[in-house]
Amino acid sequence: MTALTASLGLALRQTLAGVGWGARLFVQILARSLPALARFSLVREQVFFLGNRSLSIIGVSGLFVGFVLALQGYYTLQRYGSAEAVGLLVALSLVRELGPVVTALLFAGRAGTSLTAEIGLMKAGEQLTAMEMMAVDPLTRVLSPRFWGGFIAMPLLAAVFSAVGIVGGWLVAVPLIGIDGGSFWSQMQGGVDVFADVGNGVIKSLVFGITVTFVALQQGYACSPTPEGVAQATTRTVVISSLAVLAFDFMLTAMMFSI
Amino acid sequence: MQASRHDAWVGLFVLVGGAALLFLALKAGNLLSLNFDETYQVSAKFDNIGGLKARAAVKSAGVVVGRVESISFDDKTFQAKVVLNLHKNVQFPTDSSAKILTAGLLGEQYIGLEPGASEKNLAANDQIKATQSAVVLETLIGQFLNSKAADMGSAPAPAGDKK
Repeated sequence: MTALTASLGLALRQTLAGVGWGARLFVQILARSLPALARFSLVREQVFFLGNRSLSIIGVSGLFVGFVLALQGYYTLQRYGSAEAVGLLVALSLVRELGPVVTALLFAGRAGTSLTAEIGLMKAGEQLTAMEMMAVDPLTRVLSPRFWGGFIAMPLLAAVFSAVGIVGGWLVAVPLIGIDGGSFWSQMQGGVDVFADVGNGVIKSLVFGITVTFVALQQGYACSPTPEGVAQATTRTVVISSLAVLAFDFMLTAMMFSI
Repeated sequence: MQASRHDAWVGLFVLVGGAALLFLALKAGNLLSLNFDETYQVSAKFDNIGGLKARAAVKSAGVVVGRVESISFDDKTFQAKVVLNLHKNVQFPTDSSAKILTAGLLGEQYIGLEPGASEKNLAANDQIKATQSAVVLETLIGQFLNSKAADMGSAPAPAGDKK
Protein backbone atom coordinates (compact mmCIF):
# COMPACT_ATOMS: atom_id res chain seq x y z
CA MET A 1 0.00 0.00 0.00
CA THR A 2 2.77 2.42 0.91
CA ALA A 3 4.64 1.37 -2.21
CA LEU A 4 1.58 2.16 -4.31
CA THR A 5 1.12 5.56 -2.67
CA ALA A 6 4.79 6.30 -3.10
CA SER A 7 4.78 5.41 -6.78
CA LEU A 8 1.62 7.46 -7.30
CA GLY A 9 3.23 10.41 -5.61
CA LEU A 10 6.37 10.00 -7.69
CA ALA A 11 4.34 9.86 -10.91
CA LEU A 12 2.42 12.97 -9.90
CA ARG A 13 5.59 14.84 -9.01
CA GLN A 14 7.24 13.85 -12.28
CA THR A 15 4.19 14.94 -14.27
CA LEU A 16 4.11 18.27 -12.47
CA ALA A 17 7.83 18.74 -13.04
CA GLY A 18 7.37 17.89 -16.73
CA VAL A 19 4.56 20.41 -17.11
CA GLY A 20 6.56 23.05 -15.31
CA TRP A 21 9.62 22.36 -17.44
CA GLY A 22 7.49 22.52 -20.59
CA ALA A 23 5.97 25.86 -19.57
CA ARG A 24 9.42 27.24 -18.86
CA LEU A 25 10.65 26.01 -22.26
CA PHE A 26 7.66 27.65 -23.96
CA VAL A 27 8.42 31.00 -22.35
CA GLN A 28 12.12 30.63 -23.23
CA ILE A 29 11.32 29.90 -26.88
CA LEU A 30 9.01 32.90 -27.01
CA ALA A 31 11.62 35.08 -25.32
CA ARG A 32 14.10 34.18 -28.07
CA SER A 33 11.66 35.00 -30.87
CA LEU A 34 13.22 38.32 -31.78
CA PRO A 35 16.78 37.08 -32.48
CA ALA A 36 15.30 34.06 -34.29
CA LEU A 37 13.01 36.20 -36.44
CA ALA A 38 15.85 38.62 -37.10
CA ARG A 39 17.68 35.80 -38.91
CA PHE A 40 14.66 35.16 -41.07
CA SER A 41 16.44 32.78 -43.43
CA LEU A 42 16.36 30.15 -40.65
CA VAL A 43 12.60 30.59 -40.22
CA ARG A 44 12.09 30.56 -43.99
CA GLU A 45 13.97 27.30 -44.25
CA GLN A 46 11.60 25.82 -41.65
CA VAL A 47 8.53 27.18 -43.41
CA PHE A 48 9.78 25.39 -46.51
CA PHE A 49 10.41 22.18 -44.63
CA LEU A 50 7.17 22.22 -42.57
CA GLY A 51 4.89 23.98 -45.03
CA ASN A 52 5.86 23.32 -48.63
CA ARG A 53 6.72 19.69 -47.99
CA SER A 54 3.32 19.13 -46.29
CA LEU A 55 1.37 20.82 -49.05
CA SER A 56 0.81 17.67 -51.11
CA ILE A 57 -0.58 15.54 -48.27
CA ILE A 58 -2.76 18.44 -47.06
CA GLY A 59 -4.07 19.17 -50.53
CA VAL A 60 -4.90 15.57 -51.38
CA SER A 61 -6.51 14.95 -47.97
CA GLY A 62 -8.56 18.13 -48.28
CA LEU A 63 -9.78 17.12 -51.71
CA PHE A 64 -10.93 13.71 -50.54
CA VAL A 65 -12.50 15.04 -47.34
CA GLY A 66 -14.45 17.49 -49.51
CA PHE A 67 -15.54 14.67 -51.83
CA VAL A 68 -16.77 12.54 -48.93
CA LEU A 69 -18.50 15.43 -47.16
CA ALA A 70 -20.43 16.28 -50.31
CA LEU A 71 -21.46 12.67 -50.91
CA GLN A 72 -22.52 12.01 -47.32
CA GLY A 73 -24.15 15.40 -46.92
CA TYR A 74 -26.12 14.95 -50.12
CA TYR A 75 -27.33 11.53 -48.93
CA THR A 76 -28.87 13.05 -45.81
CA LEU A 77 -30.00 16.39 -47.20
CA GLN A 78 -31.81 15.03 -50.25
CA ARG A 79 -34.21 13.23 -47.89
CA TYR A 80 -35.40 16.64 -46.76
CA GLY A 81 -35.45 18.06 -50.24
CA SER A 82 -32.69 20.55 -49.53
CA ALA A 83 -29.82 19.07 -51.52
CA GLU A 84 -28.64 22.58 -52.46
CA ALA A 85 -27.60 23.13 -48.84
CA VAL A 86 -24.76 20.63 -49.39
CA GLY A 87 -22.49 23.56 -50.26
CA LEU A 88 -23.24 25.20 -46.95
CA LEU A 89 -22.70 21.94 -45.10
CA VAL A 90 -19.35 21.29 -46.77
CA ALA A 91 -18.11 24.85 -46.25
CA LEU A 92 -19.20 25.16 -42.62
CA SER A 93 -17.84 21.79 -41.54
CA LEU A 94 -14.53 22.43 -43.30
CA VAL A 95 -14.02 26.02 -42.21
CA ARG A 96 -15.16 25.61 -38.63
CA GLU A 97 -13.95 22.14 -37.70
CA LEU A 98 -12.37 19.77 -40.17
CA GLY A 99 -9.98 22.22 -41.81
CA PRO A 100 -8.08 23.19 -38.66
CA VAL A 101 -8.42 19.84 -36.85
CA VAL A 102 -7.56 17.41 -39.65
CA THR A 103 -4.75 19.68 -40.83
CA ALA A 104 -3.35 19.76 -37.29
CA LEU A 105 -3.52 15.97 -36.99
CA LEU A 106 -1.83 15.50 -40.38
CA PHE A 107 0.68 18.22 -39.52
CA ALA A 108 1.53 16.38 -36.29
CA GLY A 109 2.11 13.19 -38.23
CA ARG A 110 3.93 14.71 -41.18
CA ALA A 111 5.89 17.60 -39.67
CA GLY A 112 5.78 17.17 -35.90
CA THR A 113 7.40 13.76 -35.96
CA SER A 114 10.26 14.92 -38.15
CA LEU A 115 10.85 17.90 -35.85
CA THR A 116 11.04 15.60 -32.82
CA ALA A 117 13.27 13.10 -34.57
CA GLU A 118 15.59 15.81 -35.87
CA ILE A 119 16.03 17.51 -32.51
CA GLY A 120 16.22 14.18 -30.69
CA LEU A 121 19.01 13.01 -33.01
CA MET A 122 20.78 16.33 -32.62
CA LYS A 123 20.64 15.77 -28.90
CA ALA A 124 21.75 12.13 -29.20
CA GLY A 125 24.64 13.18 -31.44
CA GLU A 126 25.55 15.84 -28.86
CA GLN A 127 25.19 18.57 -31.46
CA LEU A 128 23.14 20.68 -29.06
CA THR A 129 25.86 20.35 -26.41
CA ALA A 130 28.48 21.25 -29.01
CA MET A 131 26.50 24.39 -29.86
CA GLU A 132 26.42 25.39 -26.22
CA MET A 133 30.17 24.85 -26.05
CA MET A 134 30.55 27.30 -28.95
CA ALA A 135 28.34 29.79 -27.10
CA VAL A 136 25.54 29.30 -29.63
CA ASP A 137 22.20 29.07 -27.87
CA PRO A 138 20.37 25.99 -29.26
CA LEU A 139 17.04 27.53 -28.25
CA THR A 140 17.70 30.56 -30.46
CA ARG A 141 19.43 28.70 -33.27
CA VAL A 142 17.37 25.48 -33.43
CA LEU A 143 14.10 25.57 -31.49
CA SER A 144 12.78 29.08 -31.97
CA PRO A 145 13.05 29.17 -35.81
CA ARG A 146 11.26 25.82 -35.97
CA PHE A 147 8.54 27.10 -33.66
CA TRP A 148 7.92 30.15 -35.84
CA GLY A 149 8.11 28.07 -38.99
CA GLY A 150 5.30 25.86 -37.68
CA PHE A 151 3.37 28.90 -36.45
CA ILE A 152 3.45 30.43 -39.95
CA ALA A 153 2.91 27.23 -41.93
CA MET A 154 -0.01 25.72 -40.02
CA PRO A 155 -2.75 28.37 -40.64
CA LEU A 156 -1.78 28.54 -44.32
CA LEU A 157 -2.00 24.77 -44.59
CA ALA A 158 -5.41 24.77 -42.87
CA ALA A 159 -6.66 27.45 -45.26
CA VAL A 160 -5.43 25.40 -48.23
CA PHE A 161 -7.12 22.32 -46.79
CA SER A 162 -10.48 24.10 -46.43
CA ALA A 163 -10.29 25.77 -49.83
CA VAL A 164 -9.32 22.56 -51.63
CA GLY A 165 -12.03 20.72 -49.69
CA ILE A 166 -14.69 23.18 -50.82
CA VAL A 167 -13.54 22.78 -54.41
CA GLY A 168 -13.70 19.00 -53.90
CA GLY A 169 -17.21 19.32 -52.52
CA TRP A 170 -18.17 21.39 -55.55
CA LEU A 171 -16.68 18.77 -57.89
CA VAL A 172 -18.86 16.04 -56.39
CA ALA A 173 -22.00 18.10 -55.85
CA VAL A 174 -22.24 20.08 -59.08
CA PRO A 175 -20.68 18.13 -61.99
CA LEU A 176 -21.15 14.65 -60.51
CA ILE A 177 -24.48 14.73 -58.64
CA GLY A 178 -25.92 17.57 -60.68
CA ILE A 179 -26.93 20.09 -58.01
CA ASP A 180 -27.41 23.59 -59.37
CA GLY A 181 -24.08 25.39 -59.14
CA GLY A 182 -25.57 28.80 -58.48
CA SER A 183 -27.53 27.72 -55.43
CA PHE A 184 -24.56 25.66 -54.23
CA TRP A 185 -22.49 28.85 -53.93
CA SER A 186 -25.28 31.19 -52.87
CA GLN A 187 -26.39 28.90 -50.01
CA MET A 188 -22.77 28.76 -48.93
CA GLN A 189 -22.29 32.51 -49.11
CA GLY A 190 -25.56 33.06 -47.28
CA GLY A 191 -24.55 30.88 -44.37
CA VAL A 192 -20.80 31.32 -43.93
CA ASP A 193 -19.83 34.42 -42.01
CA VAL A 194 -16.35 35.80 -42.69
CA PHE A 195 -15.53 36.71 -39.11
CA ALA A 196 -17.59 34.23 -37.10
CA ASP A 197 -16.76 31.17 -39.22
CA VAL A 198 -13.66 31.80 -41.36
CA GLY A 199 -12.00 34.04 -38.77
CA ASN A 200 -12.56 31.64 -35.91
CA GLY A 201 -11.27 28.80 -38.06
CA VAL A 202 -8.05 30.75 -38.60
CA ILE A 203 -7.76 31.38 -34.85
CA LYS A 204 -8.21 27.66 -34.26
CA SER A 205 -5.50 26.78 -36.76
CA LEU A 206 -3.12 29.28 -35.14
CA VAL A 207 -3.69 27.69 -31.72
CA PHE A 208 -3.23 24.21 -33.17
CA GLY A 209 -0.05 25.31 -34.95
CA ILE A 210 1.41 26.51 -31.68
CA THR A 211 0.28 23.32 -29.90
CA VAL A 212 1.62 20.80 -32.40
CA THR A 213 4.91 22.58 -33.06
CA PHE A 214 5.60 23.16 -29.40
CA VAL A 215 4.78 19.58 -28.38
CA ALA A 216 7.09 18.29 -31.12
CA LEU A 217 9.93 20.58 -30.08
CA GLN A 218 9.47 19.87 -26.39
CA GLN A 219 9.45 16.10 -26.92
CA GLY A 220 12.56 16.28 -29.07
CA TYR A 221 14.38 18.53 -26.61
CA ALA A 222 13.39 16.39 -23.62
CA CYS A 223 14.00 12.94 -25.08
CA SER A 224 16.64 10.67 -23.68
CA PRO A 225 19.59 10.69 -26.12
CA THR A 226 19.35 7.07 -27.24
CA PRO A 227 17.76 5.43 -30.32
CA GLU A 228 14.92 4.14 -28.11
CA GLY A 229 14.52 7.56 -26.54
CA VAL A 230 14.14 9.23 -29.93
CA ALA A 231 11.68 6.56 -31.06
CA GLN A 232 9.57 6.97 -27.92
CA ALA A 233 9.66 10.75 -28.16
CA THR A 234 8.45 10.61 -31.78
CA THR A 235 5.55 8.39 -30.79
CA ARG A 236 4.70 10.62 -27.85
CA THR A 237 4.69 13.66 -30.15
CA VAL A 238 1.89 12.18 -32.23
CA VAL A 239 -0.10 10.96 -29.23
CA ILE A 240 0.20 14.09 -27.10
CA SER A 241 -0.26 16.61 -29.88
CA SER A 242 -3.29 14.78 -31.32
CA LEU A 243 -4.96 14.60 -27.92
CA ALA A 244 -4.06 18.22 -27.18
CA VAL A 245 -5.47 19.35 -30.53
CA LEU A 246 -8.75 17.54 -29.91
CA ALA A 247 -9.03 18.88 -26.37
CA PHE A 248 -8.22 22.45 -27.46
CA ASP A 249 -10.69 22.07 -30.30
CA PHE A 250 -13.48 21.27 -27.88
CA MET A 251 -12.58 24.19 -25.65
CA LEU A 252 -12.27 26.65 -28.52
CA THR A 253 -15.52 25.47 -30.09
CA ALA A 254 -17.30 25.81 -26.79
CA MET A 255 -15.96 29.35 -26.40
CA MET A 256 -16.49 30.51 -29.99
CA PHE A 257 -19.72 28.93 -31.14
CA SER A 258 -21.63 28.27 -27.95
CA ILE A 259 -24.07 31.12 -28.41
CA MET B 1 23.59 31.62 -49.52
CA GLN B 2 21.98 28.31 -48.83
CA ALA B 3 18.52 29.63 -48.03
CA SER B 4 17.94 31.40 -51.34
CA ARG B 5 17.41 28.02 -53.04
CA HIS B 6 13.99 27.71 -51.39
CA ASP B 7 12.97 31.33 -51.37
CA ALA B 8 10.74 31.12 -54.41
CA TRP B 9 9.05 27.98 -53.16
CA VAL B 10 8.38 29.46 -49.73
CA GLY B 11 7.01 32.56 -51.41
CA LEU B 12 4.77 30.39 -53.57
CA PHE B 13 3.56 28.50 -50.49
CA VAL B 14 2.69 31.71 -48.66
CA LEU B 15 0.89 33.01 -51.76
CA VAL B 16 -1.07 29.78 -52.12
CA GLY B 17 -2.06 29.98 -48.46
CA GLY B 18 -3.07 33.61 -48.83
CA ALA B 19 -5.05 32.80 -51.95
CA ALA B 20 -6.82 30.00 -50.06
CA LEU B 21 -7.78 32.42 -47.27
CA LEU B 22 -9.00 34.92 -49.84
CA PHE B 23 -11.03 32.20 -51.52
CA LEU B 24 -12.61 31.25 -48.20
CA ALA B 25 -13.42 34.87 -47.41
CA LEU B 26 -14.76 35.86 -50.83
CA LYS B 27 -16.17 32.75 -52.44
CA ALA B 28 -17.30 30.71 -49.43
CA GLY B 29 -17.94 33.56 -47.03
CA ASN B 30 -19.98 36.69 -47.48
CA LEU B 31 -17.25 39.32 -47.48
CA LEU B 32 -18.49 40.68 -50.80
CA SER B 33 -21.99 41.11 -49.46
CA LEU B 34 -20.69 42.93 -46.41
CA ASN B 35 -21.79 46.41 -47.16
CA PHE B 36 -19.80 49.39 -46.14
CA ASP B 37 -22.29 51.71 -47.81
CA GLU B 38 -23.95 54.41 -45.82
CA THR B 39 -27.13 53.20 -44.19
CA TYR B 40 -29.95 54.72 -42.22
CA GLN B 41 -31.90 53.05 -39.45
CA VAL B 42 -35.62 52.61 -39.22
CA SER B 43 -37.48 50.48 -36.72
CA ALA B 44 -40.58 48.35 -36.88
CA LYS B 45 -42.62 46.57 -34.21
CA PHE B 46 -43.94 43.10 -34.77
CA ASP B 47 -46.34 41.04 -32.69
CA ASN B 48 -44.31 37.94 -33.46
CA ILE B 49 -41.04 37.70 -35.33
CA GLY B 50 -40.98 33.90 -35.57
CA GLY B 51 -37.43 32.81 -36.36
CA LEU B 52 -36.09 36.12 -37.63
CA LYS B 53 -32.45 36.72 -36.71
CA ALA B 54 -30.13 39.69 -36.67
CA ARG B 55 -28.30 40.16 -40.02
CA ALA B 56 -31.28 38.71 -41.89
CA ALA B 57 -31.96 40.35 -45.23
CA VAL B 58 -34.47 43.14 -45.81
CA LYS B 59 -35.87 42.76 -49.29
CA SER B 60 -38.16 44.78 -51.46
CA ALA B 61 -39.39 43.22 -54.68
CA GLY B 62 -36.94 40.42 -53.94
CA VAL B 63 -33.89 42.71 -53.96
CA VAL B 64 -31.83 43.08 -50.81
CA VAL B 65 -32.11 46.70 -49.65
CA GLY B 66 -30.80 46.33 -46.12
CA ARG B 67 -30.17 44.10 -43.13
CA VAL B 68 -31.70 43.54 -39.72
CA GLU B 69 -29.47 45.33 -37.24
CA SER B 70 -30.94 44.20 -33.93
CA ILE B 71 -33.98 42.61 -32.38
CA SER B 72 -35.18 43.45 -28.90
CA PHE B 73 -38.29 43.05 -26.79
CA ASP B 74 -40.32 46.10 -25.88
CA ASP B 75 -41.96 45.50 -22.49
CA LYS B 76 -44.28 48.50 -22.89
CA THR B 77 -46.18 47.15 -25.87
CA PHE B 78 -45.04 43.52 -25.50
CA GLN B 79 -43.92 43.51 -29.08
CA ALA B 80 -40.63 42.73 -30.77
CA LYS B 81 -38.72 45.82 -31.85
CA VAL B 82 -36.68 45.23 -34.97
CA VAL B 83 -34.13 47.82 -36.09
CA LEU B 84 -33.38 47.78 -39.81
CA ASN B 85 -30.38 49.21 -41.62
CA LEU B 86 -31.50 50.35 -45.06
CA HIS B 87 -29.11 51.45 -47.77
CA LYS B 88 -28.89 55.21 -48.04
CA ASN B 89 -29.60 55.26 -51.77
CA VAL B 90 -32.92 53.42 -51.31
CA GLN B 91 -35.81 55.58 -50.14
CA PHE B 92 -39.22 54.31 -49.05
CA PRO B 93 -42.49 56.20 -48.46
CA THR B 94 -43.48 56.68 -44.83
CA ASP B 95 -46.53 54.44 -45.12
CA SER B 96 -44.54 51.44 -46.35
CA SER B 97 -45.34 48.15 -44.68
CA ALA B 98 -43.00 45.46 -43.41
CA LYS B 99 -43.81 41.79 -43.20
CA ILE B 100 -41.80 38.78 -42.13
CA LEU B 101 -41.57 36.25 -44.92
CA THR B 102 -39.92 32.89 -45.31
CA ALA B 103 -37.67 31.88 -48.18
CA GLY B 104 -39.03 28.50 -49.21
CA LEU B 105 -40.98 26.21 -46.93
CA LEU B 106 -38.27 25.76 -44.31
CA GLY B 107 -35.89 28.47 -45.43
CA GLU B 108 -34.59 31.39 -43.43
CA GLN B 109 -36.83 34.31 -42.64
CA TYR B 110 -36.42 37.81 -44.01
CA ILE B 111 -38.30 41.08 -43.95
CA GLY B 112 -40.24 42.13 -47.02
CA LEU B 113 -40.79 45.86 -47.47
CA GLU B 114 -43.88 46.86 -49.40
CA PRO B 115 -43.68 50.48 -50.59
CA GLY B 116 -46.61 52.73 -49.75
CA ALA B 117 -48.02 55.72 -51.60
CA SER B 118 -47.06 58.60 -49.35
CA GLU B 119 -45.26 61.62 -50.76
CA LYS B 120 -42.83 61.75 -47.87
CA ASN B 121 -39.99 59.27 -47.47
CA LEU B 122 -38.83 57.45 -44.36
CA ALA B 123 -36.07 59.32 -42.57
CA ALA B 124 -33.53 57.98 -40.12
CA ASN B 125 -34.99 56.65 -36.84
CA ASP B 126 -38.53 56.62 -38.22
CA GLN B 127 -40.85 53.77 -37.40
CA ILE B 128 -42.65 51.61 -39.91
CA LYS B 129 -46.25 51.49 -38.64
CA ALA B 130 -47.82 48.79 -40.78
CA THR B 131 -46.30 45.41 -39.94
CA GLN B 132 -47.33 41.84 -40.43
CA SER B 133 -46.01 39.13 -38.15
CA ALA B 134 -44.32 35.93 -39.11
CA VAL B 135 -46.45 32.94 -39.89
CA VAL B 136 -45.89 30.51 -37.07
CA LEU B 137 -46.36 26.94 -38.21
CA GLU B 138 -47.92 25.80 -34.93
CA THR B 139 -50.59 28.51 -35.08
CA LEU B 140 -51.28 27.63 -38.68
CA ILE B 141 -51.68 23.94 -37.88
CA GLY B 142 -53.84 24.83 -34.87
CA GLN B 143 -56.13 26.95 -37.03
CA PHE B 144 -56.31 24.20 -39.63
CA LEU B 145 -57.23 21.60 -37.02
CA ASN B 146 -59.84 23.91 -35.48
CA SER B 147 -61.51 24.61 -38.80
CA LYS B 148 -61.36 20.92 -39.65
CA ALA B 149 -62.98 20.05 -36.32
CA ALA B 150 -65.65 22.69 -36.89
CA ASP B 151 -66.39 21.19 -40.33
CA MET B 152 -66.60 17.69 -38.87
CA GLY B 153 -68.92 18.90 -36.12
CA SER B 154 -71.33 20.67 -38.48
CA ALA B 155 -71.45 17.96 -41.14
CA PRO B 156 -73.83 15.12 -40.29
CA ALA B 157 -71.66 12.02 -39.99
CA PRO B 158 -73.44 9.18 -41.75
CA ALA B 159 -73.35 5.94 -39.82
CA GLY B 160 -71.12 3.21 -41.25
CA ASP B 161 -69.15 5.62 -43.41
CA LYS B 162 -66.27 3.65 -44.94
CA LYS B 163 -64.27 6.74 -45.89
